[in-house]
Amino acid sequence: MELVIAAAIGVLAGSGVWLILRPRTYQLVIGLALLSYAVNLFIFSMGRLRVNAPPVLEGSGAVDVTAYTDPLPQALVLTAIVISFATTALFLVVIIVARGLTGTDHVDGKEG
Amino acid sequence: MPVSPPHLVIAPIIIPLALGALMLFFEDRERRLKLALSLVSVATLLAVSISLLMRVHFDAQPVMAVYLLGNWPAPIAINLVADRFSVVMLLLTATLALPALLFAAERWERAGAHFYSLFQFLLVGLNGAFLTGDLFNLFVFFEVLLAASYGLALHGGGPLRVRAGLHYIAVNLVASLIFLIGIAMVFGATGSLNMAEIAMRAEGLEGFAQPALYAGLALVALVFLVKAGMWPLSFWLVPAYSAAAGPVSAIFAVLSKVGVYALLRLALLLPGEGAAFGSTLIFIGGVGTLTFSCLGVLASQSLKRAAAYFILMSSGTLLAAFGISHPAGTAGALFYLISSTLAVGGFFLLVELLEREQDTASEVLAVTLEAYGEGEEEDEEEEVGQIMPGALAVLGVAFGLLALVLIGFPPLSGFLSKFAILTAILGPGAEELAGQSTMRNILASFLIISGVVALIALTRTGIRTFWAPVEPFNPRVTVLETAPILFLVAALVVLSVMTGPVMELLLATAEDLHQPSRYLDAVLGAERVQPSSERGP
Repeated sequence: MELVIAAAIGVLAGSGVWLILRPRTYQLVIGLALLSYAVNLFIFSMGRLRVNAPPVLEGSGAVDVTAYTDPLPQALVLTAIVISFATTALFLVVIIVARGLTGTDHVDGKEG
Repeated sequence: MPVSPPHLVIAPIIIPLALGALMLFFEDRERRLKLALSLVSVATLLAVSISLLMRVHFDAQPVMAVYLLGNWPAPIAINLVADRFSVVMLLLTATLALPALLFAAERWERAGAHFYSLFQFLLVGLNGAFLTGDLFNLFVFFEVLLAASYGLALHGGGPLRVRAGLHYIAVNLVASLIFLIGIAMVFGATGSLNMAEIAMRAEGLEGFAQPALYAGLALVALVFLVKAGMWPLSFWLVPAYSAAAGPVSAIFAVLSKVGVYALLRLALLLPGEGAAFGSTLIFIGGVGTLTFSCLGVLASQSLKRAAAYFILMSSGTLLAAFGISHPAGTAGALFYLISSTLAVGGFFLLVELLEREQDTASEVLAVTLEAYGEGEEEDEEEEVGQIMPGALAVLGVAFGLLALVLIGFPPLSGFLSKFAILTAILGPGAEELAGQSTMRNILASFLIISGVVALIALTRTGIRTFWAPVEPFNPRVTVLETAPILFLVAALVVLSVMTGPVMELLLATAEDLHQPSRYLDAVLGAERVQPSSERGP
């Protein structure tokens, strides 16, 4: 599973970086989105990969913590998703405004 | 709690958040009300910061105020830490926010929607970033202040702003993602997000965790350096800052200092071999930034671009001085941080008044005012308020005084702060830094060179603007627009007069920073509030 996750992160991040370096604003947005997926998966994997282990402790007595996975990265990913979603939405607005004002979707506001 | 109630620590975050949100319920027409609420917020922030300063420094028994959110024991959950450094930054932010807000009240608030709310949310992000003791929470507050700053950078609209804003947002979004990767690596290596706990665990790491921690921290530091505008990560800064509205650029002067703050906080918490983590690299970056900004200041055609390069110059000086990593030098650099931030903020406001007559920005503003149904000719006459008599003379004197600070000429604080840095690295007591003599000499020469460059650039613009303008002009400025600049000049004069106590405070701050054990003890030893017995089981 490590290999699959690592490959997924690598492919997403690589595509994201490539798209961010492209000159069109739409490519930039998609690149940022892909990169943020890669980052979210990466945060998730930093809590160590476990299969079939719940993140929420059950019962109030003494529990064996090794039977559970780390809940914190999952909470962090949730926050990161919300934030990157919001900033991407905001960025889209700016891009549409820029498109309207400059008449082009080039990131520098002019062709060439 | 004899001096101030414990919840005061969280007040700098709650107050602007609540008032900023409250203002969203009113239409933008209710300007007076929104201005009044904003002023209440900023004035309260000023009072709270002063009260916190009393508690962390001027009290008989100064303590670092640690606020445990949710009353969890210290390393668990998020905590806020008000130590000397954070409180100094809070006070600086509030001192700069007040004049920026007043300045905006005359004209800029009308150029776009929700100016006051965005301004308050920016303050939430800034204050939160200064107070938090948790790495992920730092990221969240960074995002809050960045989101607000995106709105403010575009405030007023126009192609110029949108184009610069597009780059600004793109760079910062990528930086945020790198920040997340860095945080995740630090968490993966240490299993903690609490800065104090990370520092404590960093010493005992074994195997792969050690390089993973350092790689993660390097990524986090990269983000702070992008924010601080270290060359070569700073090409986005000048277009964005010089395109933004005057009061917005003024408050952005403190935005770049957030990067410096976070960098210093994190670098000094970590155990290193004799010096702070990565200090040589930071030093080289600082010197590079100084070189770049000197060239930029000399090459700038417009005053506003020059002002943006002065921000870079200030960042470069700070990074280079912090790279030396010596308590007395750090104290001098902190003094420089305060005085240069106030001076550049004032300079941005001043430039706005001078350039608005000729500048394209005013045309843009006129257009957007029209779009918002404002700024008809007769309307403007009555709205413009009391025209200041002899405006050019007043502005000229303010320009001269701010220039003295930016150049580092006596008698104002710019000179005193540079003198403090130079004394620390060259004067008596610097012998212990023997190993770094090259770095010290480079820093000393660059401090002086940057002063000379600032002198040349500002003399040139001063003569061209005030003494021998191509076309004689008398800027139409109002009393309300001049007052904030004079307030900042007065603040700088007070800072210069009070150098003794201020330097004492900053020396104590620098000692705190260079002895991370104090921070660790305060955070990890923070006591929980005992639940009162009357209230339920």
